[in-house]
This record gives sequence, C-alpha cells and structure tokens, in this order.
Amino acid sequence: MDLVTPGLGLIVWTTLVFLILVFLLGKFAWKPILSAVQAREEAIDQALKQAESARAEMGKLQASNEQLLKQAREEREAIVKEGRAMRDAMVAEAKESASVEAAKILESARTQIHQEKMAAVTELKNQVAQLAVDMAEKILRAELAQPEVAKANIDRDLKDLNLN
Amino acid sequence: MGLGRFFTLLTAVILPMGSMVASEEVGHSEHVSTSVEHAEVEAHAPNEEAFNPNEMIMHHIADSHGWHILDWNGHAVSIPLPVILWTNEGLVMFSSSEFHHDIEGHHVVNAGGQQFVNKHEKIYYAGTEEKPMDFSITKNVLALLVGAALLLLIFFSAARFYAKNTNKAPRGLASFVEPLILFVRDDIARGAIPEKHLNRFVPYLLTLFFFIWVNNLLGLVPFFPGGANLTGNIAVTLVLAAFTLVITNINGTKDYWMHIVWMPGVPTALKPILALIELIGVFTKPFSLMIRLFANITAGHILVLSLVSLIFIFESVWISPGSIILTLFISTLELLVAALQAYVFTMLTAMSFGAAVEEHHHDDHAHADGHH
Repeated sequence: MDLVTPGLGLIVWTTLVFLILVFLLGKFAWKPILSAVQAREEAIDQALKQAESARAEMGKLQASNEQLLKQAREEREAIVKEGRAMRDAMVAEAKESASVEAAKILESARTQIHQEKMAAVTELKNQVAQLAVDMAEKILRAELAQPEVAKANIDRDLKDLNLN
Repeated sequence: MGLGRFFTLLTAVILPMGSMVASEEVGHSEHVSTSVEHAEVEAHAPNEEAFNPNEMIMHHIADSHGWHILDWNGHAVSIPLPVILWTNEGLVMFSSSEFHHDIEGHHVVNAGGQQFVNKHEKIYYAGTEEKPMDFSITKNVLALLVGAALLLLIFFSAARFYAKNTNKAPRGLASFVEPLILFVRDDIARGAIPEKHLNRFVPYLLTLFFFIWVNNLLGLVPFFPGGANLTGNIAVTLVLAAFTLVITNINGTKDYWMHIVWMPGVPTALKPILALIELIGVFTKPFSLMIRLFANITAGHILVLSLVSLIFIFESVWISPGSIILTLFISTLELLVAALQAYVFTMLTAMSFGAAVEEHHHDDHAHADGHH
C-alpha cells in the first residue's frame, strides 16, 4: 500500500516547485511568448488583409484600365466609321457633281451642235437660194436673149393659165 | 502486499515458466544484479542472493532516500541525498549515506541528539513505530528539481528568442516549442474554455502540460538523472489534481454552483439527489485525474522493469534479445503514453475550468435535456 500512500514530503516539495514553476514560467516564458505569438498573428492577419485589399485595388485598376481601353477602342471605331462615312459621302458627292457636270457639258455640246447644225443648214439654204437665184438669173437672161422662145413659153404658160 | 501479488501474476503471465518465479520469491535480494556472471553464480547458490523482481520493481517505482545508480562488484553505488526531518525536537538534517544503504531498520543514525532508522525508505525514531515528518530531498524531489530546471531552461531560452525577434518566424528552440504551445492554447484550452476567460487559464495549462510531459519523459530515461518515477508517484499526481480542484472551484461562477447544489430544470424532488451526486462529482473528477496519471506512468515503469527482469529471472543471457526487443517496444509505447497522459490531464483540467466559468444560456428546452 506504500505505492498509493502519498508522502508528505513529496507533496510539500511538489506544491512548492510547481507553484514556483507556474509563477516563473507564467511571468518570464508564457507571457512574452504568447504575446509575441499573438502580435505576430495579428501582424500576419493585417498583412494578409492588406494584401487582399491591394489585390482588390489592383483588380479595380485593371477593370478601369480595361474600361478605358474599351472606350478607346469604341472611340477609334467611331472615328473610323465616321471617316468611312465621310469618304463615302465625298465620293458620292463627287460622283454626283461629276455626272451633273458631264450632263451639263453634254447638254451644252448638244446645244452647240444643234446651233452649228442650224447655222450650217441656214448657210446651206442661203447658198441654195443664191444658187437658185443665180441660175434663175442666168436662165432668165438666156430666155430674154431669144424673144420668140420666150414668147412661145409665155404663151404656153398663159394657155395653161387660161385652161385653169 | 496485494500489489506485490499482482506483479507476480503479471510476471507469471509473461513467463511461460511461472514456477520459477515462485521459487525466486523465497530468496531475499537487495538490488538488481547487472552482470550475467553474477546471475550464474546465483544459479549455483539460490539461497544466497536470489533475484526478486517484485522487490526490485517496487523499490524502483517507490521513492527513496539516496539515488541508486548501479551495482558495482556487488556494492550499490548511489548518490547520497539530504535527509531533512522535522522531529519532536526541531529540524534535523543529515546525509542519506549515513544509513549505509540499509532499508531494513538495522542501521541506526545519530543526528541532532536523536536516533533514526530507515525502514523501507520510511524514517522512524529508532526502536519505535513513530515517524518524524520527512521533508527530505528524496530521489523524486531531486528528479522534480531537475525537471523544473529543465523546464525553466527550455522555456526561458525560447522566450529570449521572442524578446529579440519581433514578428519573425520562430527558429531553433522556439520553432520546436511554439507548435506545442499553440497546440495547448488552440487545441486544448480554446475548445474547452470560453474565449473571454481563455487568456486567464492558458499559462497555467501550459505549465501543467509541460510539467507532466517533461517529467514523464525524464522518467523514461533509464539512467541518472532520469528514471525516477515522479509522475507515477501518487503524491505528485495528488498535488496536480488538487490544483485542478482548487482552481476550478475558486473560479466557479454562480451558474456553476447552481448546477451543483440546485440543478435547474429538473423536478424539485430530484434536486437534492442530484446535488449529492454533483457534490461527489466535484471530488471524483480530480480524483480520477490523480489515479489516471499515477496508474499509467507507474504501469509503464513496471512493464519496462518486468521485461528487463526476464533476463535475470531466466538467468540466461540468451533471453536478452527478446527482452530488449520487448523493452524497446514498450518504451516506444511509453513515449506515446507520456505525451498522451500530459494531454489528457491538461485537457480534462481545461474542461473543468471551462465548466466552472461557462455561462449557460438557458431556455426550457435546455432544462428538459438536462446538463452534465
């Protein structure tokens, strides 16, 4: 039964030593260690949080960058489109004006041709008339040079006239 | 000697030749023989110095004045320790070597005008059955001081690292002890004690855990200054359990006491019966702590010693390989037990503290289920 009978001496010594240990370790070991560990945990926590917020910030920045890029792209697109439209308009306008001009030229050419033609016709008429007059003069002169022929002709004409 | 008989039985179970053990019982041996030739001599003259494993084991696991290290040429070599007695005539001190290894009460020591004898490591006034109060630095007290010094050395050096390095990853000793400290804080204390009270109890729990663990491990070291059965001594486990009891109850909230003396939510007729049970429970919980640690560590020492004793029981060197392998196996197991028992003791203590400071949020349902 010795084994399960606690000895007084050892009880006293254990109590004493254990209390001293609780005090000394508590004051000079656990307190600094635990507070250091806690401080480190907090520091790590904070660093993690900061990293997280930095990452979020970066994400935001990236998003805004993208937004800007997109905007720029859209703007470029718009400008290109506008340019294209303008070019098309200009081409169309040029075409239009060219065709109008061409028509105008054509018209004026036609008018000129017509005038020229008319002038030519008039000239031709005049010349024909002149020729006719000249021929008539010549004929008349020849007729008048031979009075019997002329008289016979005039008689026949007169006869014709009477018969009418 | 009920325990002695138990050890005989234990050895008899381990041994296929139980009859040999019975024959050993007749002899009277003082110390373990460490030499094989010596054992052979014994075989020729069994009546002279037959090996008695019970006596050896009991002697080892009990406390003693003077630290027996080894036997040399049949003489015991031990470290003398101071004997400190509070006698009828005041304080008396002398060296344990003055008993000349006598524990049968034959050798009388004269000190402070009084006479003392050592009967089985208990000191009596010579010729009487009266004992002075014994505050000697015994083997276990020395082991306790060695353990305490080791704890201070380890954790003061670790603390120095933290003082020098703020917010740095732990290195060296600190990197070894920090996970253990965090284990006690986060896995033992945090689960059992409400966060609000955690910081109050963690330092105590840390001291408790490392005290038990380090002393358990020192007990497994087979040579001086290890090998003392400190945490397997009922006085030590008694003190530790008493601390748990006292700290639990001085921190007990009104809620805690109400649950003991007047359990809410049970029929009034049952309340006195429950109060009785709960009051007994206040003491049985630390009592079981005391017994558990004592029994586990003592059993480990007994097992290892029994297995080593096989060599001397068989009186044959050929049994030693088997004995060594078995001893190695059990010693390894004991390493686990050393940590496990420290964990269990600390865990249950933390739960006890937690129960003392816990604030119950009662509703009628909780009452109907009943607590504890």
